[in-house]
Amino acid sequence: MNNIKTNRLKDQLFKIWGIACTLLGLVLLAIFIGSILIDGLQRIDWDFITSLPSRKAERAGIYTALMGSVWVLVLTTIIALPLGIAAAIYLEEYAKKDKLSSLLEVNISNLAGVPSIIYGLLGLEIFVRIAEMGSSVLAGSFTLALLILPIVIVSTREAIKAVPQSVRDASFALGASKWQTVARQLLPASFGGILTGVILALSRAVGETAPLIVIGALTYVPFAPESAMDEFSVLPIQIFNWISRPQEGFEVNAAAAIIILLLITFLMNGIAVFFRNKWQKKLG
Amino acid sequence: MTQQVNDNIVDKSIKRVHKLEAKGVKVFYDDFAAIKGIDMQIKANKVTAFIGPSGCGKSTFLRLFNRMNDYVDGFRMEGEILIDGENIYKKKVNVEQLRKQVGMVFQKPNPFPKSIYENVAYGLKIQGIKDKKFLKEKVVESLKQVALWDEVKDDLNKSAMALSGGQQQRLCIARALAVEPSIILMDEPTSALDPLSTSKIEELIYELKQKYTIVIVTHNMQQAGRISDYTAFFYLGELIEYDKSKKLFTNPEKQQTENYITGRFG
Repeated sequence: MNNIKTNRLKDQLFKIWGIACTLLGLVLLAIFIGSILIDGLQRIDWDFITSLPSRKAERAGIYTALMGSVWVLVLTTIIALPLGIAAAIYLEEYAKKDKLSSLLEVNISNLAGVPSIIYGLLGLEIFVRIAEMGSSVLAGSFTLALLILPIVIVSTREAIKAVPQSVRDASFALGASKWQTVARQLLPASFGGILTGVILALSRAVGETAPLIVIGALTYVPFAPESAMDEFSVLPIQIFNWISRPQEGFEVNAAAAIIILLLITFLMNGIAVFFRNKWQKKLG
Repeated sequence: MTQQVNDNIVDKSIKRVHKLEAKGVKVFYDDFAAIKGIDMQIKANKVTAFIGPSGCGKSTFLRLFNRMNDYVDGFRMEGEILIDGENIYKKKVNVEQLRKQVGMVFQKPNPFPKSIYENVAYGLKIQGIKDKKFLKEKVVESLKQVALWDEVKDDLNKSAMALSGGQQQRLCIARALAVEPSIILMDEPTSALDPLSTSKIEELIYELKQKYTIVIVTHNMQQAGRISDYTAFFYLGELIEYDKSKKLFTNPEKQQTENYITGRFG
């Protein structure tokens, strides 16, 4: 009897402890978002989004940085998506499950953990210098594409792996080739999962600062990029730049820019969750 | 007609009797011998049942006839498998082409997560057939063959995943029939179904043997007795006994067979 009572008590205690742990993270996040909103919300208007940067805080806007971010996002997607998905299909469906492929597998997972500044150095050497792209949007996008490639590969593999083996069997038994099975069964069935992974990877890319600073992205650009070879800045760099200024007005600007950046990432995560749910329903 | 008889036609009519043939077949998974030398001939337009305890190699043997073991890691085979007298393990054999001739139905119903229509049309579509009218006709014909048409004719665009297990399995059979195979391999096709669905599938098998050569793996001895013309008993990778089902179930030659069918082991 006594034993049961103490067990129940422990159960209750753990439950409370668990709730406290969960809340801690959420409360901190809420405090952060709250203070940012208080600081920055009043500063957000259409002018703030469409204005060029300026030395005067009240006239400065995020237009060039926002456009830079959009450019980088689009180009990174175009570069990373086909590479990552093709690599994942190869590893999952074509590669023999031998020592070489498990070596590749471990290394790809490890790459996902390499600090982003290392990717910046790699991008500086290969894209900026050797490929002579200069500190362009393109060089930045290639660098970020490399950075998110492991994430795209791993999440795409997971999504393809989640398609039941019985679907492959059925397709092969009807005379489908491997490629037909991949293109007509596996990719459509894993589309939601792949998209989720890609969007989450991109929402990481959009927040990256360090590798772009290393490859020479500017902290102050008076114009939005018009081609892939133009110099550029991105939102996180703009925020970093503003926050390091002494004038108080720029702190407000930074807070406002943070709100915009958060909005973008939340939106992307929201889309990812939406697709994941839709996809799970379809398979189940 | 008789005047035009040439060697070729004579040849084919002889082979017709034995649709499938295994000659000295051995199968290894890495070092494990799954099948230890089997010679066997399977008659056309008959239902042949493979029985035996789990792990006896009957499923592996079945999957040799459409080369579904090819992708299994460590798979290695010796000997020959002949379909209509042709060795299907020769180098130049087109595996995709072979599988259009040899349909397969699996243990668990495995429809594609697509519409009913797309499921049945898939085998034809991957052959590059785009003619919508032809596809639709084949889909209807195949669904009628498995007696599923009346149940789904208004829902062709609904997901196949919404069907019941028995309906799904009949859909999978329709899907296999649509590509017009001459042989149908069934790997325990009713083991995941309720008795009513099972009897529907069994009736279907009985009708299908008019047009197709059917090989079925089953754990259910009554089922083998009910639907098959011939039965083969496998044990530990060997073919122990192979005879007309009536004979094998009433008066088996070997003690091992008798022990198994009377439920003394396995």
